[in-house]
Amino acid sequence: MSASATTAPRGRRPIVPFLRLPDAGEPYLVGQRCKPCGAVYLGGRRACSRCTAEGPFEEIPLSRTGTLWVWSIVHQSMPGVPVPYVVGVVDLPEGVSVRCNLIDVEPDPARLRFGMPVEMTTGVSQQDREGNDVIAFYFRPARG
Amino acid sequence: MRDAYVAGVGMIRFGRYPERDVPDLGAEAVLLALKDAGLSIRDVELLAAGCLFQANAMVGQRVLQEVGQTGIPVVNVANACATGSTAFREAWMAVASGVHEVALAVGVEQMGKMGLLGGGGPGIRTEGVIGSGLMPAVFGQAGMEHMRKYGTTPEQFAKVAVKNHRHSTRNPLSQYQNEVSLEDVLKARMVAYPNTLYMCCPTGDGAAAAVVVSPEKARQLGARVRVLASVLTSDPWTERDLTLPDVSTLTRNAARKAYEVAGIGPEDLDLVELHDCFATAELLHYENLGLCRDGEAGRMIDEGETAHGGRIPVNVSGGLLSKGHPLGATGVAGIFEVTSHLRGSAGARQVSGAKVGLSHVIGLGSACTINVLGV
Repeated sequence: MSASATTAPRGRRPIVPFLRLPDAGEPYLVGQRCKPCGAVYLGGRRACSRCTAEGPFEEIPLSRTGTLWVWSIVHQSMPGVPVPYVVGVVDLPEGVSVRCNLIDVEPDPARLRFGMPVEMTTGVSQQDREGNDVIAFYFRPARG
Repeated sequence: MRDAYVAGVGMIRFGRYPERDVPDLGAEAVLLALKDAGLSIRDVELLAAGCLFQANAMVGQRVLQEVGQTGIPVVNVANACATGSTAFREAWMAVASGVHEVALAVGVEQMGKMGLLGGGGPGIRTEGVIGSGLMPAVFGQAGMEHMRKYGTTPEQFAKVAVKNHRHSTRNPLSQYQNEVSLEDVLKARMVAYPNTLYMCCPTGDGAAAAVVVSPEKARQLGARVRVLASVLTSDPWTERDLTLPDVSTLTRNAARKAYEVAGIGPEDLDLVELHDCFATAELLHYENLGLCRDGEAGRMIDEGETAHGGRIPVNVSGGLLSKGHPLGATGVAGIFEVTSHLRGSAGARQVSGAKVGLSHVIGLGSACTINVLGV
């Protein structure tokens, strides 16, 4: 390995393809909307799983705010995964929901409320094998 | 389609058998079922074998290598936790279609202590970063949906674990056979809210088998337990299914079809074995199977309607929560349980006078089987 390789600035990559990290502006999630029926998906597909039309699909940016549909607090996980953590399903206004970790909230049922407004944020979750930062999205209680 | 009958069933006690292997466990169950039916492996015209973790390892053929290589057609089935019940349905179809007179289903699994947490694997870690795909969290959140809609409480979910553990004390084939109190359940280690340790099924090994025969063969053998309906569904598109697997809609679809085919309604059932992989799941399925109206599941468990001796006993075997859940074996074990009651051979846990029973299984990803049996 050359010296330049070890000192080169690390890149960054999204943890999933439907997270976009623009050079300018805030990171955001994208959905694929079936034009015939309006169903929205995270990630592409050959045909719409709701209406079966083979598209066309259009890519739409998704809101960074939504509401918490349901949640759980995970106390037992796979080896190496720190516990506890709060997970949930967030409904976005574009008509799609997303599975996520909830941060900036105590892992305490009393702190979590169905329907609570949440907002998206991002952070470095880990490094990949090439040493790039893997950027993940999280949701946290909306700060208004 | 013609009628098909369950002529024999066999099951080994669920538990841990680290010194044995999958074909050996399966072979024991097969021989029990054949003996129960009064048949030999030479009478069997088709074998459907369900084993999830060895789905690519020809488990059916390896079972035959233990009990008799008669050269019959073998299909190896994988359908997540519905693997065994799907194998049973393959055996039923083989007979009901008129192609075969005698078909055998075996379900077997050896899980050791690996658990239901799911795969990790190399690469980028997503678990605990962008939510959870672990079964305890998935079914925890499914329960939270019910809590959100109807105000169901953690105590009501916990009562499912109390009931099913109590039931299991009467089942000598159950992996666990101990009672737990409501306080024990609520104070146990939290796995994924609201499911504590006792509200999660254990992991383990096990095997079960069932022999399905034609009406003519059933007459010869004196077999009376008839398959009234055998239904398999997959998950249709629903609003959040791709984010959080929707275990309700495909169960409702399967139940509707099963009642229609069987020509009965939920009020005609004498017992139900349903897929209580987690305590939260059981309450959802009371409503999904039409045992009560939507929103009434919490009241149903509160009032003891699903306990042994109640209006509609659910999981008198101890359920997955206490009997155990060796994935491939589970669905065939449900057939074993319902058949035992319909024949009056369920011993201390017998539901007296049972004429019609239903076995329901869910495999995440998703598959749902409902088998209705009657005498």
